[in-house]
Amino acid sequence: MTITQFINSSLGRKTVMAATGLFLCVFLVEHLYGNLLLFYTDGGEAFIEYSHTLVHSLFIRIVEIFLFAAIIVHVVQAIHLTRLNSTARPVKYTEYKVGETSNWFSRNMGITGSLILFFLVVHLWRFFVPYRITDAVGGEGQINVAQDVKLAFQNGWYVLFYLVSIAFLTFHLNHGFQSAFKSLGLNSKKHEQLLSVSGSVFAFGIVGIGFASIPVLFYFGIAGSTF
Amino acid sequence: MNLTLKIWRQKNAKDKGGFALYTIDGISEDMSFLEMIDVLNERLIGKNAEPVAFDHDCREGICGMCSMFINGRAHGPWAGTTTCQLHMRAFKDGDTITIEPWRAAGFPVVKDLVVDRSAFDRIIASGGFVSVNTGNAKDANNITIPKPDADESFAAAACIGCGACVASCKNSSAMLFVSAKVSQLALLPQGQVERKQRVQSMVAQMDAEGFGNCTNTGSCEAECPKEISLTHIARMNREYMMANIME
Ligand code: SF4
Ligand code: FES
Repeated sequence: MTITQFINSSLGRKTVMAATGLFLCVFLVEHLYGNLLLFYTDGGEAFIEYSHTLVHSLFIRIVEIFLFAAIIVHVVQAIHLTRLNSTARPVKYTEYKVGETSNWFSRNMGITGSLILFFLVVHLWRFFVPYRITDAVGGEGQINVAQDVKLAFQNGWYVLFYLVSIAFLTFHLNHGFQSAFKSLGLNSKKHEQLLSVSGSVFAFGIVGIGFASIPVLFYFGIAGSTF
Repeated sequence: MNLTLKIWRQKNAKDKGGFALYTIDGISEDMSFLEMIDVLNERLIGKNAEPVAFDHDCREGICGMCSMFINGRAHGPWAGTTTCQLHMRAFKDGDTITIEPWRAAGFPVVKDLVVDRSAFDRIIASGGFVSVNTGNAKDANNITIPKPDADESFAAAACIGCGACVASCKNSSAMLFVSAKVSQLALLPQGQVERKQRVQSMVAQMDAEGFGNCTNTGSCEAECPKEISLTHIARMNREYMMANIME
């Protein structure tokens, strides 16, 4: 079997979704680590230095390409799979109580995923584009990134938008994280429970609480008092 | 019990089909669901009307023929049972019961509630077997198999090919069925010869039959009358990846 045949098979597609999804999970952890530097009471020093490294490291430039590629592949593949799956049942059920056998979030990864994608565009536009492109090209170090974060999260609506988006991300990952392991063949009766618990801990405990803490703590003035 | 039945009637594969309403009385709650349909059909025949066509054979939960989507659930509301094992005590007097055929591109409707599940047979034929030389039967104990493997393989072998996994899945995916068949043989020494080729052929056939793609929602496992575990799907994914890498 050639690699093209593999990628075009149902199981190959599943593997691609899982691999890109997990790669994005790794990125989220790294991103969260960076964000938490904002909680140092050092006038934003650590975070500014970290952002500076991101913009100027060649290694990060390369990883960045893979990152955007993973997002594109994950999204394109998801759209393709959704279309294939809708043709697999040409006549729909009149009564279909699928909610009794599986949960809503596992069945609607497309909806949560689309909202995350929308958030991503807004988020990149607000933070990534200015630091990485306009500022880096137009004039070194014009923006104080730490102060800019503080400024952004003074707007209640903006904070709310972030919180809702992070909630969607959390539910997307609650299914996605463990599902990716299953798709890569990493599941067995012995580890089933562990996998589902780890999936929820990762989604709610790490990503959910971790990312949500930033807009919340900045909004209430608990974080960022030194810058 | 008195009931209203809303049953899908479709003359043949080309007919568009639609629901017909029937009221039925004098149903005992000790009857099985299929016996209830038998009563309905007796009465329809008495009135010179066309009886409702439905599949059934063993009526004891082992053949997998009795495919019916009852009130929005494959094989009705009970977990771990087929339609023939479902009893009327699952319903209340005065209920309206909706009965539809399995709906999936891979299972075209033949008539009324009868669907063509031969796609499953073609998947089996593509690789779900072991090649054995003919001759005298060997002593079974000559081949030693670790107990956990034997148990796991046996649990997978419990699959009766009923298609409830496909019917209940939001993606109409056949992965639970195919993975049960792949697991059953991959776990046994007798299955090693064709191990790599089997999973590749069966997955290719599954895809060719127009079943959807699995997203691990778990509806199949919840509806499976034999409670086949979702972990078999992970094993199939593993087998498939290994078969491609090791080639
Ligand atoms: S896996 Fe379960 S639901 Fe699917 S065909 Fe086998 S017995 Fe039926
Ligand atoms: S009739 Fe055989 S399983 Fe129901």
